Amino acid sequence: MDKFDHLTGIAAPLPIVNVDTDMIIPKQFLKTIKRTGLGVNLFDEMRYDDNGNEVPDFVLNQPQYREAEILVAGDNFGCGSSREHAPWAIKDFGIRCVIAPSFADIFFNNCFKNGILPIALPQAQVDLLMKDAEKGQNARMTVDLEAQTITTSDGEVIDFDVDPFRKHCLLNGLDDIALTLEKASAIDTFEQQAAQSRPWV
Amino acid sequence: MSPKTLYDKIWDAHLVHEAEDGSSLIYVDRHLVHEVTSPQAFEGLRLANRKVRAPEKTIAVPDHNVPTDIDRAKGIENEQSRIQVEALDTNAKDFGVHYYPVSDVRQGIVHIIGPEQGWTLPGMTIVCGDSHTATHGAFGALAHGIGTSEVEHVLATQTLIQSKSKNMKVEITGTLPPGVTAKDITMAIIGRTGTAGGTGYVIEYCGSAIRELSMEGRMTVCNMAIEGGARAGLIAPDETTFEYVKGRAHAPKGAQWEAALDWWKTLYSDDDAHWDKVVTFDASEIAPLVTWGTSPEDVLPIDAEVPSPDSFEGGKVSAATRSLEYMGLKPGTKLKDIEIDTVFIGSCTNGRIEDLREVAKIMEGRRVKEGIRAMIVPGSGLVRAQAEEEGLADKLTAAGFEWRMAGCSMCLGMNPDQLAPGERCASTSNRNFEGRQGRGGRTHLMSPAMAAAAAVTGRLTDVRELAQTDVSA
Repeated sequence: MDKFDHLTGIAAPLPIVNVDTDMIIPKQFLKTIKRTGLGVNLFDEMRYDDNGNEVPDFVLNQPQYREAEILVAGDNFGCGSSREHAPWAIKDFGIRCVIAPSFADIFFNNCFKNGILPIALPQAQVDLLMKDAEKGQNARMTVDLEAQTITTSDGEVIDFDVDPFRKHCLLNGLDDIALTLEKASAIDTFEQQAAQSRPWV
Repeated sequence: MSPKTLYDKIWDAHLVHEAEDGSSLIYVDRHLVHEVTSPQAFEGLRLANRKVRAPEKTIAVPDHNVPTDIDRAKGIENEQSRIQVEALDTNAKDFGVHYYPVSDVRQGIVHIIGPEQGWTLPGMTIVCGDSHTATHGAFGALAHGIGTSEVEHVLATQTLIQSKSKNMKVEITGTLPPGVTAKDITMAIIGRTGTAGGTGYVIEYCGSAIRELSMEGRMTVCNMAIEGGARAGLIAPDETTFEYVKGRAHAPKGAQWEAALDWWKTLYSDDDAHWDKVVTFDASEIAPLVTWGTSPEDVLPIDAEVPSPDSFEGGKVSAATRSLEYMGLKPGTKLKDIEIDTVFIGSCTNGRIEDLREVAKIMEGRRVKEGIRAMIVPGSGLVRAQAEEEGLADKLTAAGFEWRMAGCSMCLGMNPDQLAPGERCASTSNRNFEGRQGRGGRTHLMSPAMAAAAAVTGRLTDVRELAQTDVSA
């Protein structure tokens, strides 16, 4: 997995609540058997019209946000399906950090598996960052995972929480499977006990 | 011993390892796999030269991409869909997992066939790369959706790294009024708590109205726990559960059945268990519901009117404005005046035999209105076969429904079953998101009975009123 330690970049404002995974990456793009190449279809139905032309008003089509690396969004971001294609598309576009008042559970998990940092903050702080993001490409934010801070373009510093295990994995780009396989003997023991206590499983 | 919830008990019984930071390794009893969220996971195993740790606990079936027209022999026309299904064929064979290919009569939606085949049992941990894994919670199993990286993790290790969720109790007291179903219960809960109301929680549904539901009704309720934001939904197992499970292909038999039953009977929340959040309401407060917007929380009783965005607060004002524009609706319009083009009966929410019986009952002596496209997609090949045996298929076909093969179908339109832009659908599925059933398609979620009523009149309809007036035969 790619590491995430700190990031200074353009933040794109997406002030919509309940952004669902069908919006992030519509189903016709789930037919891939790869993890890459989905960035061009990120937010496809909002980003392109029926003829496949860009919708100029959509935030990621605006010149100042085409290189965005941070997304600031509304409540309950990533609700809906478990499709990991959603974080794959976000990352493939170049976004490595999503900030919102809250996230749907599975999407939130999926981000950490892909080197993306999702940050949940109180609404008032998201509102402040949304305003900052609306300033465009000259307003660059800095996200520092080690220090757990976001610094706005005006130098204002906002602290955020992150699960310590996930922070450790992101900072070091650790592979979950390799970590778990280090506990293989604990899994063996569990299986042997379960074979006795719940043999029907 | 301190009192525990049902969730606590299942969690404790599957805890392999707990780290100081609270992250836990949980053992997975059943891993269900479908073709959309697994190819990259199997590819990851190959690249790392890893095997599936417990192929005997891994069950795969193609469902999302599978066409539902009758002639399966002609194969899958869409190249990408075909490649994805073929990848699952190959992966299932190479890694030696249980498999129900498209040609198998038992093929169907993964969340229908798990219970149907007896893979789903009380007290288990069950995961799948699909958010509607919550369905299996109806058996008192801890079941939830995971992403593809986690699918790979489970394939390789038969465990999942988790942090424990909080406990939420949703109690539905009383008895359901006539015309009101399990679907209305689950939609009513989401309408009250919102799509983020369950975020961070595992919900246990309880109360007399839940107890009185059949297993299929309970599956409908738990299925949409994810639409309420919860990691999982649970219903404590009881005689209804045991009766349903007994004798199924992969359910325990003989002495193992007795041993299993002894343990299953301990799976309930202790009286004085701690709940982090409690929601209670009476079933008599629930009317037949429909959605008007593009979020499953946009729920109203059928006799209501399309709401004005001004009636909401915060970010929901602009969300409602956006929804109404997408849905082509004006505030103040009576929901019952909304005309539909299409009816979809099916999905892991409502694609089981009781759902089809309910539709057939409503259609008795009635027909699908001229010009309405009405399709029934049974949840599995066995549901389809049973409906044919019971004579439901003939009745429904005679009433004007298309009778199709099993799959996810128009619930998400990954196969050819899609809405055209602007097409409006009365749907028994679980999500009314923008573009969910096809780009520009407009979805109204409801129960099978309500969808059948809409098929008869061509507009959103109160099934209770239909019962009194419209029988033409």
